[in-house]
Amino acid sequence: MSTHARTPVRRRRRPMVGGQLPPSPAATVVKAVVFSVACALVILPFVGIISTSMAPPEQVSRAGGLVLFPERLDFSAYDAILSGGIVTRALGVSVIVTVCGTLLSLTVSSLLAYTLTRRALPFRRALTMLVVISLFFSPGLLPTYLAVQSYGLLNSLASLIVPTALSAFNVIVLRAFFGSLPDDILDAAEIDGASEIRILTSIVVPLSKAALAVIGLFYAVGYWNAFFSALLYLNDSTMWPLQLVLRTYVVDDNAITGYDLAAEAIPAQPSLQMAILVVSVVPILLVYPWLQKHFAKGALTGAIKG
Amino acid sequence: MAVPGVVLLLAFQYVPLAGNIIAFKDYLPFIGIAESDWVGLENFEIITGGDPRFVNALGNTMIITLVQVVLVFPIPICLALALNSLVSERIKRLVQSVLYLPHFLSWVIVVAVFQQFLGGAGMINNFLRSQGWDTFSIIGDPDAFIPLITAQVVWKDSGWATILFLAVLSQVSTELYEAASVDGAGRWRQMWHVTLPALRPIVVLLLILKLGDALSVGFEQIILQQQAVGLQASEVLDTYVYNNGIVDQNWSEAAAVGLVKGAVGVVLVLGANKLAHVFGEDGLYRR
Repeated sequence: MSTHARTPVRRRRRPMVGGQLPPSPAATVVKAVVFSVACALVILPFVGIISTSMAPPEQVSRAGGLVLFPERLDFSAYDAILSGGIVTRALGVSVIVTVCGTLLSLTVSSLLAYTLTRRALPFRRALTMLVVISLFFSPGLLPTYLAVQSYGLLNSLASLIVPTALSAFNVIVLRAFFGSLPDDILDAAEIDGASEIRILTSIVVPLSKAALAVIGLFYAVGYWNAFFSALLYLNDSTMWPLQLVLRTYVVDDNAITGYDLAAEAIPAQPSLQMAILVVSVVPILLVYPWLQKHFAKGALTGAIKG
Repeated sequence: MAVPGVVLLLAFQYVPLAGNIIAFKDYLPFIGIAESDWVGLENFEIITGGDPRFVNALGNTMIITLVQVVLVFPIPICLALALNSLVSERIKRLVQSVLYLPHFLSWVIVVAVFQQFLGGAGMINNFLRSQGWDTFSIIGDPDAFIPLITAQVVWKDSGWATILFLAVLSQVSTELYEAASVDGAGRWRQMWHVTLPALRPIVVLLLILKLGDALSVGFEQIILQQQAVGLQASEVLDTYVYNNGIVDQNWSEAAAVGLVKGAVGVVLVLGANKLAHVFGEDGLYRR
């Protein structure tokens, strides 16, 4: 097995893993295999989907579906879905909902979170309880639907934003972050006569950029990925976000016709399906490196404080 | 300044919570909640009377929960232990980045990806056909439904779930390992006596949270695939509430099921927490 575990001289020369003994060669091989397979299982589907969406239609029909190595690059599927029609519209809806929703969520959440950190606030404890208790009790699907209906939000883009605009969990994370800012600065600003809004916008927010970015990205990913609220609240297909289009034409495999697309030449169905998938994945892939830099910290604050 | 947030909280958390009274009424949409007749506990007979559709949904829910706790739950722990023991920081970060990614994809995308690879016209079957071999059917086969959704959950979230475990592991004091090493503990003994005990509180915490969610299993994921496999294999309590309530318009009955489900969830969390205290852990909150 391992020689360096028993010979202290060699062990000291090798890098230690947080004080643990270095892994044995056998374990190293096993881990290398496990991680390579796991990473391949994640990466291969993306490669397959992106390749197919960009492969020439003849090749896709010949392969009968996914293609791993395109013979040449062909963007006709993208031309077809992005030149007007249901996919283009859905992309617009998803972008609008994500941008407006994220801005609204961030504004409302930081206002609430900041107020909860201010000792002068009347009923501070009661308000905090209101937020915390809502974490434990979910109102249930039907009563929520009836409430949304009674507010007249059915069949509107607002139904994709407003009901999920406030996440109690995110408010608690933000409150923990705001609460950890040094009191002295806030007190100084107060003495200088700054209003609460002014303290929030010119001191707290600039000092919390990283936290707000993480929470904002979590909200944005939530809005972009939301499928069920669209299924529940929208009848009119002109308002569908991308996820619903994906469900209809990719998961349920309904054919996309010229009528849906406003394009004369319709490429092979698999190419179109893959192109829709790519369009809905790309924004996530674009923000991912950025998201990833911050989220470990964000997720941890939430898990430990929350 | 707190007003917009509080309004949203009241409108979409607390008002709907009160809307659960339709479980005790014969709710008719055209006359509204207030005017609908009270019927007492009549709607709950669907549960006590053992309505076959309900029993089926409950059964499927329990099986899926059991699979998730027994098979899916330990995977991120093992992954985290393996990741934690990687010597190279660069490789560790690279593997983490790749494995976290699927968490940020929507269920629609995950289901679509699985279909493209495993479906009847998917890549693997196409390959088998081109070799003249038998194809296999996973998507749309009721017997394969639970393995299928389990694989999807593992693919999507097991990488992400390692975050917490890794965070805890990174805080274990190196002195503990050195002390263990001086006492002659090998790798496995170090893992058994230092690493695993460090993980114990977080494992207990997550199990408690999981227990509270025991009756909610993969709503979006399942509803997306229900058409293909049929209700017998795929109906769970959440989809039952949706199908019976919104699709079939049996509002009050479905709300009764939803209410009981929510209440059981709260009781399970509180009960599990009590249990955690008995075993000397902190659980969700301290005594």
